[in-house]
Amino acid sequence: MTAGGITAEPPVAAAPPPAAGPGRLGKYGTGAIFLGPALFLLGVWMVYPAVYTIVRSFFGEHGFIGTWVGIDNYKTLFTTSTLLTAIKNNAIWVAVVPALVTAIGLIFAVLTERVRWAVAFKTVVFLPMAISAFATGVTWRIMYQQDPGLGAVNALGKTISGVFSPAGVLSQASPSTPGLQTTSSGALVLKTATHPGGIVLLGLTGIAPDQVPKSAVQAVTPPPKPGDVVGTVWRDFKPGGGKVGVVEKQELGLPGVTVELRDAAGKTVQSTTSKPDGSFDFSKVSQGTYHAAIGAQTFAKPFGGYAWLGPNLIVPSLLIAYIWIWAGFAMVVIGAGLAAMPRDVLEAARTDGATEWQTFRRVTIPLLMPVLSVVFVTMIINVLKVFDIVYALAPQSEYAKANVIALAMYFTAFQGGGNFGVGSAIAVFLFILVVPVLALNIRRFRRDM
Amino acid sequence: MNRTRIAVVGIAAAFALLAAGLAGATTSSHAKGSHVSALKGTITFDGIWTSTSGQKQFQDVINLFNKTYPNVQVKYKPVGDNLPTVLATAIAGGKPPDMADIAQPGTVAQFAKQGKLKSIAYARSTIAANFAPAWLSLGTYSGKLYALPFKAANKSIVWYNVPAFKNAGVQAPKTFAQLLADAKTIKSSGTPAYSIGGADGWTLTDMFENIYLRTFGAAKYNLLGAHKIKWTDPSVKTALTTMGKILGDTSNIAGGTSGALQYGFNDSVTNAFASPAKAAMVFEADFVGGVITSSTKAKANTGFNTFTWPSITPGPDAGAVEIAGDLFVAFNDTPAIEAFVKFLATAPAAEAWAKQGGFGTGNKNVPASIYPDAITRTNEAPISTAKSVVFDMSDQQPPSFGATASQGEWGLFQDFLKTPSDVAGIQKKLEAAAAAAYKKGK
Repeated sequence: MTAGGITAEPPVAAAPPPAAGPGRLGKYGTGAIFLGPALFLLGVWMVYPAVYTIVRSFFGEHGFIGTWVGIDNYKTLFTTSTLLTAIKNNAIWVAVVPALVTAIGLIFAVLTERVRWAVAFKTVVFLPMAISAFATGVTWRIMYQQDPGLGAVNALGKTISGVFSPAGVLSQASPSTPGLQTTSSGALVLKTATHPGGIVLLGLTGIAPDQVPKSAVQAVTPPPKPGDVVGTVWRDFKPGGGKVGVVEKQELGLPGVTVELRDAAGKTVQSTTSKPDGSFDFSKVSQGTYHAAIGAQTFAKPFGGYAWLGPNLIVPSLLIAYIWIWAGFAMVVIGAGLAAMPRDVLEAARTDGATEWQTFRRVTIPLLMPVLSVVFVTMIINVLKVFDIVYALAPQSEYAKANVIALAMYFTAFQGGGNFGVGSAIAVFLFILVVPVLALNIRRFRRDM
Repeated sequence: MNRTRIAVVGIAAAFALLAAGLAGATTSSHAKGSHVSALKGTITFDGIWTSTSGQKQFQDVINLFNKTYPNVQVKYKPVGDNLPTVLATAIAGGKPPDMADIAQPGTVAQFAKQGKLKSIAYARSTIAANFAPAWLSLGTYSGKLYALPFKAANKSIVWYNVPAFKNAGVQAPKTFAQLLADAKTIKSSGTPAYSIGGADGWTLTDMFENIYLRTFGAAKYNLLGAHKIKWTDPSVKTALTTMGKILGDTSNIAGGTSGALQYGFNDSVTNAFASPAKAAMVFEADFVGGVITSSTKAKANTGFNTFTWPSITPGPDAGAVEIAGDLFVAFNDTPAIEAFVKFLATAPAAEAWAKQGGFGTGNKNVPASIYPDAITRTNEAPISTAKSVVFDMSDQQPPSFGATASQGEWGLFQDFLKTPSDVAGIQKKLEAAAAAAYKKGK
């Protein structure tokens, strides 16, 4: 190993030819026998498909070869909006993933050198590498579900938001008559004013039977009382719908609802809680006009979850899942480089009075540079080719937004009528993107040797 | 009947090559004689049914065939939902199977145009004796009979959660106006009315197709299906506006619009039939029943039931049925294949599967009593008795327009789910995509 990098083994010196060898022909013959299988497999699985794909990219959509179309397929590639989205997304992937994976891997690698239970920690971080990207995609798709009852990520959000803004008891309910209006704060206010001696009816719908409190009984309209404002808050629904705004048989009162009486200025003068039949009573109300209201906290919506798989967040969601997989790989490779680093240099730096940060910044990172660039370049190649996690994680409705080059190639060539021409053109384009990075990698391998 | 297609290209292609290699054997000596055991041969058959989705039932059909033709060996290969891809690759490689089962008429048309299929005209009289004329024309492409519609699914069905309907005090609606009114009542009862699996674009095209069929009838439906009516036509506008009454009622959809876009077909079923229910009804075909029984605890009649897609415009086509189906095609022509195709068109072949459930057929000689339970009978019997039957419209399109994730119809109807008010915009995009797909197909 040189400079802490990972390099190929030096070539083993060729064995001397046998003393009474069968001559040149025999030497080549032996070589051919040893190289033959590998060459054959490479030819069948690599060279032939690659050449065929390049040739195919200049021909029409159907059949083994199709008709000559020149560079039309490449024109299509750069003029179709879904394909352009794929190219744009791949650019985002290349810009974000290799840098973050290398950085996170470096942090983990350096930190695990200093903690107890380093092996356990490394194992946990490395574990995602042992799972296929497809399975990862499926798992994260479930974790990202918008419904906090299904998705782990939003469930966490719900738990946290539940502490700060708890959901109301009737979060689903909506007013049954237009007379009951929703204010900007989320409270419901009865439009018609009331006076002492009046009756207010607050009908609510959209409440599932199992959400009505167990203690509820048949709703009742209380008789008017002089000097009091009375009323009832009830589930204004019976099978079939019933008449809205009218308390009918089979309609249950809603107990435990906090009802407020607001004066003309909108200030709450009294508040009370409804009884099992939904009735309530504001006693000894002084003369004036009032509005009955149900406070906003009753209707506070529970945390509904973020649409991680929706059009705005799908790309970041994919990046997070992908980084989760590869951070472990980066950590292990960089950790190996770190272990092979000459300790005396670090000791010397510390003896000379460098702080930990200076040692890390000025000594560790430069010495690790070869390893870091191996990780970085490997990630660029991986990210350019990314396919399976997008296919498995993104819902079909967001494929257009989440599209990447390899996925676009699959859909164009093998789905939707099989346009092998444009599909091949996309594959060639992807190949051209990967080549410079590969060349860089190969050149460095040579130099390191 | 497209479900999620999960497969990796390389493996699929490799299997196709392997299959092509194995598919060498064909009919040997065929003595001209009336004795059926004299007919010998091997038939390779690629189908979508796997061990969990009908392979066993189809094997029963094959076994029945072998009672008459003991020396014909039918080698069924369960390829799964990725079949069109595998077939296209096998055809490009020059070694297709002897027979295959294709769910999209658009794909059959494509193969027929490429000259890859063999006509099954020899079975014409058998099919005519068992099926209404409409079914023969379903299998006819540019004047030649290529496909036998062996299995069919009724898509003009709505499944509903019985307790949710009971809580709301509504009955299964007969008309679309009634359905909208019921949906409002169901919402007031505290349950969203609609469960929509918008992550699978085909659930949305199915809804549109039923609305179009119920509004304008079978003749116009088929014209739109053949792109002889443009997507910018006023009739499409009317149908989309009607559809917007459902999709635009966002607070009445389980999970709202963004939820509906993330739920696939299976989620839409489990949402509607889980306990407690997250929604009251699902607009999808007879195969919903299989998902309910395998992934929820709901029981027939007390937990779930179905009603026919309610009528929108009364007329002669009010009872028309939209179907999806499995079309059997032949890539080869041997006496053994001829015998098998003729056998498959007869009533006993269909009955061997129909009595086990999960199977509908347009074969008019199959009695309704063969279906195992009442719900299945109500769903499947209309397939053979309906006055007019139309095939799933998106399946008839060139696949790049009608059957590709996030492209063409599937993708654009998902856009429509996002903004149901933009009828004109979607019409324009649909027409542009259809025109491009039909132009390419030439």
